[in-house]
Amino acid sequence: MNAIANPGRRRFLQAGALLGAGLTLGFYLPVGRTAERSGAASANTVLAPNAFLRIAPDNTITVLVKHLEMGQGVYTGLPMLVAEELEVPWERIQVESAPADAKLYGNLAWGGTAQGTGGSTSLANSWDQLRQAGAMARELLIAAAAALWQVEPGTLKAENGSVVHAASGRRASYGELAAKAAELTPPAQVKLKDPAAWKYIGKSLPRKDTLTKVNGQALFAGDLKLPGLLTALVARSPVFGGQVRNVQPDAARAVPGVKAVVLIPQGVAVVARDFWSAKKGRDALTIEWDESAGARISSDALRQNYLDLSQTPGNVAADRGNAIQTLSGASKTLEATFTVPYLAHAPMEPLNCVVQLKDDSCEIWAGSQFQTVDQATAAQIAGLPPQQVTIHTLLAGGSFGRRANPTADYIAEAVAIAKATRELNAPIRLLWTREDDIKGGYYRPLFVHRIAAALDNDGKPLVWMQRIVGQSILAGTPFAAMMKDGIDKTSVEGAADLPYTVPNLRVELHSPQIGVPVLWWRSVGHTHTAFATEVFIDELAAAAGQDPYEYRRGLLADHPRLRTVLELAASKAGWGTPLAKGRGRGIALQESFNSFVAQVAEVTVKPDGGFQVDRVVCAVDCGIAVNPNVIEAQMEGGIGFGLSAALYGKITLKDGRVDQSNYTDYPLLRIGEMPKVEVHIVQSTERPTGVGEPGVPPIAPAVVNALFAATGKRVRHLPIDPAELKA
Amino acid sequence: MITLIVNGQRHEVDVAPDTPLLWVLRDTLGLTGTKYGCGQAACGACTVHLNGNPMRACVLPVSAAAGSQITTIEAADHRIIKALQQAWVKREVPQCGYCQSGQILSAAALLAGNAQPSDADIDSAMGGNLCRCATYVRIRAAIHDAAVTLRA
Repeated sequence: MNAIANPGRRRFLQAGALLGAGLTLGFYLPVGRTAERSGAASANTVLAPNAFLRIAPDNTITVLVKHLEMGQGVYTGLPMLVAEELEVPWERIQVESAPADAKLYGNLAWGGTAQGTGGSTSLANSWDQLRQAGAMARELLIAAAAALWQVEPGTLKAENGSVVHAASGRRASYGELAAKAAELTPPAQVKLKDPAAWKYIGKSLPRKDTLTKVNGQALFAGDLKLPGLLTALVARSPVFGGQVRNVQPDAARAVPGVKAVVLIPQGVAVVARDFWSAKKGRDALTIEWDESAGARISSDALRQNYLDLSQTPGNVAADRGNAIQTLSGASKTLEATFTVPYLAHAPMEPLNCVVQLKDDSCEIWAGSQFQTVDQATAAQIAGLPPQQVTIHTLLAGGSFGRRANPTADYIAEAVAIAKATRELNAPIRLLWTREDDIKGGYYRPLFVHRIAAALDNDGKPLVWMQRIVGQSILAGTPFAAMMKDGIDKTSVEGAADLPYTVPNLRVELHSPQIGVPVLWWRSVGHTHTAFATEVFIDELAAAAGQDPYEYRRGLLADHPRLRTVLELAASKAGWGTPLAKGRGRGIALQESFNSFVAQVAEVTVKPDGGFQVDRVVCAVDCGIAVNPNVIEAQMEGGIGFGLSAALYGKITLKDGRVDQSNYTDYPLLRIGEMPKVEVHIVQSTERPTGVGEPGVPPIAPAVVNALFAATGKRVRHLPIDPAELKA
Repeated sequence: MITLIVNGQRHEVDVAPDTPLLWVLRDTLGLTGTKYGCGQAACGACTVHLNGNPMRACVLPVSAAAGSQITTIEAADHRIIKALQQAWVKREVPQCGYCQSGQILSAAALLAGNAQPSDADIDSAMGGNLCRCATYVRIRAAIHDAAVTLRA
């Protein structure tokens, strides 16, 4: 038995019992820390002092990462926290994904109840946990050396992967000490390093996942090779909520390589020896769909319906002062309506996973953001207890929220197929095509914002009255319990907590129930609230005859960190310096996921309205900058991601059918459209916060505000229609 | 049986002749470094070389590749690919990494014919390779770096 490779089979102690309150750090029981095979600690002993770390006699040091690596850098940032406290050379750290286990690996930002990656929480929730994990192992190794050498622990020092006794010159590597350390009880309290002594935190250490991502060896779920592996594709209803009425499977079954055609709750699955056979088999299916329960909506009509709704009062998400009355009595008022469409996540790797179902076990390989949600769903479908469902978390080829689905949709499909084809006794690889992905729902919802404001005599906002209309992401999911008074916070975040000083603020929300599945999409509510609020504040500045940067700055007295990034972005961008005719500069900011970002965009507009975003200057305050290079990459990536949406992103429906199908009609930003990006990180001693999402929200409004500066024309609908900018 | 020469190695494969080369590489030969992204030659994730020319393997029937020299990201001794991989590592280009095999193969074809590409050359040669993580700034820099290395 290999006790090392499979931590899921070990028994665990829960953390709080051993360490102070507020820290969840799992510990292996002594049995888990002793040797493979029989006998006490031996030369083979691997030290596993907690759920996040293993030290082998050959000095291999493995950090278990509980979060999904989908490009955001958790395989680097999280191990850095361990390595810092453990005092080991960075090159010696290996990374492995942790098994699904809510108790050990729950996301502390979510109360530790579920294991998952989202809301830009990975580093923030691991900040204490992983430094403690490293420090605890360090103290244990020092204690082991002290016992072996019969000296006081206080006379020893951990450095560079060894414990050193300066007085005698004795030195032992962690690997040499692992067996002895495994016999000792981990310390109840550990002291973390003083920030002044940090060697790694704050440095751009190389990413751990780069090499395999440039030589083709990085393992994504669709790359997995298992004996007898079969590939499944699913034919799904052309409208959301439709059901199979009748299926003619014979032509599909006749396709060489097709092994089975089965009905599952989500549609009809074709299982074959490889992708191409499965694809041909699916193409050969004749299916009659019952669309009577389906969502036969059209997005144009929906948008109009939302615009009408925005004229009526909604649930109150924020209410300060007396907005309604003050507005009706005000002399200088403005009103504007903003709309944004449905958006698909469209990660480069379409959804996929591998499921091996047996009588008493279910193994799943996936790049999922929601391991324990997937585990529970799979268990239910398979008819197994959750602990018999093993999740192997592989890399994800992008996700942006799509693989964090409360319904575990693609995992559920794959388990249902595996169950329906149980007699084949084969692992099932479910693949979605790009068309399946674009048409498959779980979109960023379509939203309408109507904002009315009144200005005082100095041009400052006296009233801000905003109505938001769009589907709730949380409603109807297990997360609905997080809603209060009919308010889904993810619909109003960034608006209900508008940072600007406005004495009378009211934000209302309509959350119509529409049968189009929706989901969080990189930066969630901030994707649309920042667009509406940051364009509208620009409009107020213009109406007041003031500079949009100075105007914002004057209204941020209560938000010093936002004001700092605003000032930094403006100064680095050369705000106020002249630009050639046809060019413009725009600014926008947003606090999201406890990080603060401001961006200045520079654009060049041609007479026909065509335009190019030339340069973006980005300032970010995410607390302590653990790995500046990863932060810069996430800002660059967030800007590019947000630009795809601002320039092109649009999912539309007619009679319930999604119009788009692939990158041909759902285009993404290309290399020639990528602006020059400069990232400036605010020096900070605050706790670190996330960077995966906060780079996205400011870019669309910054570009729209720059287009206004260049043309005098105000865009209020995304994606930007160049025809609106025509001279 | 169709004969394929992949990274200098001969393979006999028994597949339907209309099977896209991508799926023969991935499902039949187990060379999974080449990725599926769109199936319509619209994203470049599946880019390989056919006799040195960049091709989208997701729409190329395997029969059309029979007998040609096929190069994939797994090619061990390709001077240009190696230089690009090193530049990619130095610039820390990848985020999710899924598109990067295709990016590197497209860049290799560019550098094979243009030792000192301009930004415009890069935009034109790399315009068919999408990156949802938008690593474009670094891709551009890494191609310039590799070009310098290869000229030395």
